[in-house]
Amino acid sequence: MSVQTVKRASLLKMPRPNVFLRKLFPYALIAPAMAFLIVFTVYPCINLVYLGFTDWNLVRPVKRFVGWQNYQTLFKRPDFAQALRNTAVYTVAMVVLLIVGSLLLAMWLKDNKKLNFVAQAAIFTPHIISLVSVSMVWQWLMEPKVGVLNTILRFLGLTPLQWLESSKTALMSVIIVSFWKSIGYYTLVVLSALQNIPAEIYEAAELDSASKWRTFYKITFPMISPQLFFLLIIITINSFKVFDTINIMTNGGPAGSTNVLAYYIYQYAFSYMKIGYASAAGTILLLILSVLTVLYFRVFSNRVHYQ
Amino acid sequence: MKLNRVAKLAPKAVDTLLKLLLILIFIFPFYWMIVTSFKTFAETIKFPPTLLPERWMWSNYVKVWNSAPFGMYLKNSIIITFSIIVLQVIVMVPAAYAFAKYNFLGKGFFFSIVLLAFMIPGNVTFISTYILMARWGLLRTLWPQIIPFGANAFGIFLLRQSFMQVPEEIIESARLDCASEFQIMFKLMLPMAKSAMLTIALFSFISHWNAYFWPLVMTDTAEVRPLPIAVAMLRNVEGALNWEIIMAGNVILVLPIVLIYLLASRKILEAFVYRGIK
Repeated sequence: MSVQTVKRASLLKMPRPNVFLRKLFPYALIAPAMAFLIVFTVYPCINLVYLGFTDWNLVRPVKRFVGWQNYQTLFKRPDFAQALRNTAVYTVAMVVLLIVGSLLLAMWLKDNKKLNFVAQAAIFTPHIISLVSVSMVWQWLMEPKVGVLNTILRFLGLTPLQWLESSKTALMSVIIVSFWKSIGYYTLVVLSALQNIPAEIYEAAELDSASKWRTFYKITFPMISPQLFFLLIIITINSFKVFDTINIMTNGGPAGSTNVLAYYIYQYAFSYMKIGYASAAGTILLLILSVLTVLYFRVFSNRVHYQ
Repeated sequence: MKLNRVAKLAPKAVDTLLKLLLILIFIFPFYWMIVTSFKTFAETIKFPPTLLPERWMWSNYVKVWNSAPFGMYLKNSIIITFSIIVLQVIVMVPAAYAFAKYNFLGKGFFFSIVLLAFMIPGNVTFISTYILMARWGLLRTLWPQIIPFGANAFGIFLLRQSFMQVPEEIIESARLDCASEFQIMFKLMLPMAKSAMLTIALFSFISHWNAYFWPLVMTDTAEVRPLPIAVAMLRNVEGALNWEIIMAGNVILVLPIVLIYLLASRKILEAFVYRGIK
C-alpha cells in the first residue's frame, strides 16, 4: 500500500471517543441557556431580595443597609395595602371569569362548523394585538362623553357609566379589557383539550344513558383537568404581571383604585427612585406568587386526572 | 305544523345570532380603531358617533408618521424582534437537544431552573437587569431589549418535547456517518421539529413586537425606542387628545401582525393551541 492510501485510511478511521470530553459535552450544550437564565432571571431575584434591605436611590454610590425598615414601611402605608387589595381583586376576577368563560365558550364553539371557526378566529384576534393598542382602543370606547359604550347604554335607555374615570368603576373597566384580550387564547387551550378526548368515551357514556351533566362532571371535566390546572397557574401569574393596561389607561388612578403590585413597584423604582423600597415590594410579590403556586400544587395536584 | 318547525329552528337561530354577536364584540373594536383613524378631530367627538368617516383623512397617517421619527421606531422594532428570535434559536436548540437526548448529572436541577424562569415575571427582574445594563454601559443601545430574552424557557420546554420524539436510531446512524453533534442538532433534529419551531418563533415574534413594559423600563432616548412606546407616547399632548391621530398610530403598530395573521390564521391557530399541555 502506498503512503497516501495509508494516510487516507487513517483519516477515515472513527475518532477515539475522549470520555472526559463526552461527559462534559451536554453541559456545554446547556451552558448558554443557563448563563442567560441565571444572569437575567435567577440573579435578579436574589439581587431583589438583597436590595430590599437597602435604601438605595439609584444614584448614590453607596447602598445603605437598613434591615427590615422597607418592609415595616410597606405594611404601614395605605397605598401598598390598596395595591395588594386591587391585585387580589383583579386576580380572583381574572381566574374565575377566564376559567369559567373559556370553559363555556369552548363547549359552545367546539363543533366542526364554519361559524364556530370564524368565532374562534375572532375571539383569538385580541391576543396577537399589542396591549398598547388594545388599551388605547378601549380607552376610546369607554370615553364617558362620546365613547361608543356609553352611546350604546344611552341608546338602550340605561345610565352611562364613568368607566375609567371613576374610582368606583375603573378597576372593573380594566378587568373587562383584560378579559376581552385574553379569553380567546384560553378558550382555544380548553378547546384543544376537549378535542383530545376520544369520541369512544362519549359513545360509551351515551350507551350507559348518562345525562349531559353527568357526562360533563364525570368525563369531560376530569379529562381536561390538566389543562385547567395549567390555566389556573398561568392566569394567576399573568394577573400579578398586569401593568401595560394600567399604565396606559389609568396610571394607577383614579385615586389609586387601579394601582396594582406591578405598577406600585414600577412607580417607586422609577418615578420616586426608591429602589430599596420597590425591591422590598417586589420581594413580596415573588413570595406571594411562590406561596400561591405551592398551594395550587398541594390542593389540586391530586385531583388533576392524568392519562 | 308551522309552529312545530319554528320551535325546532328557534334554538338554532338564537345560537347563530348569539355567535354573530360574539364575533361582533371581538371585531368591532378593531373596526372602530380603523374608522376613527380616518376621521377628522371634529368628527371623532361628534355625538352620536358616525359609523363611517365622512371623508377618508389619509392625512392623519402622514401626520402620525411625521410627528416623530416613526421610520426609526419601526426599524428598531424590526431589529429587536428578529435579533431576539435568532439569539433564541442559537441558545435554545443545543439546550433542548441536551435535555431531550442526554443524561447528565444535575439534569433535573438545571431543567427546574428553566421551569422556574417560566414563572418569574419581568416586573421584578427589571430592577436588577436595568442596573446591570447601566453598569455595562449598554443603556443607549438596543441590547437591553434583546439579550435578557436570550433564553426562551417556553421554547426550550416545547422544543425538548419535540426532540424527544425523534427516534434514537436516526441519531445513531448519523453519528456512525461521522456527523458532528452540531450537524445533528441543526441539520437533522431542527427540521424534524418544524411545527414546534414555528409555534415558538410566532409566540416570540408577537410577544416581543408588542412589548411595552420592558422597553419602557430600558429606554430613555428616541434612538432605541420601539414602536409600541412611540405609539403610547402619542397620548402625551396637552389639551384634548387627538383620537384620530392616536388610532392612526395604533393601526400602524397593529398592521404587520394582522397581515401575518390574515395570511396564516389557520396555521397560527393550530400552532398556538399547543397540543399536549400536561
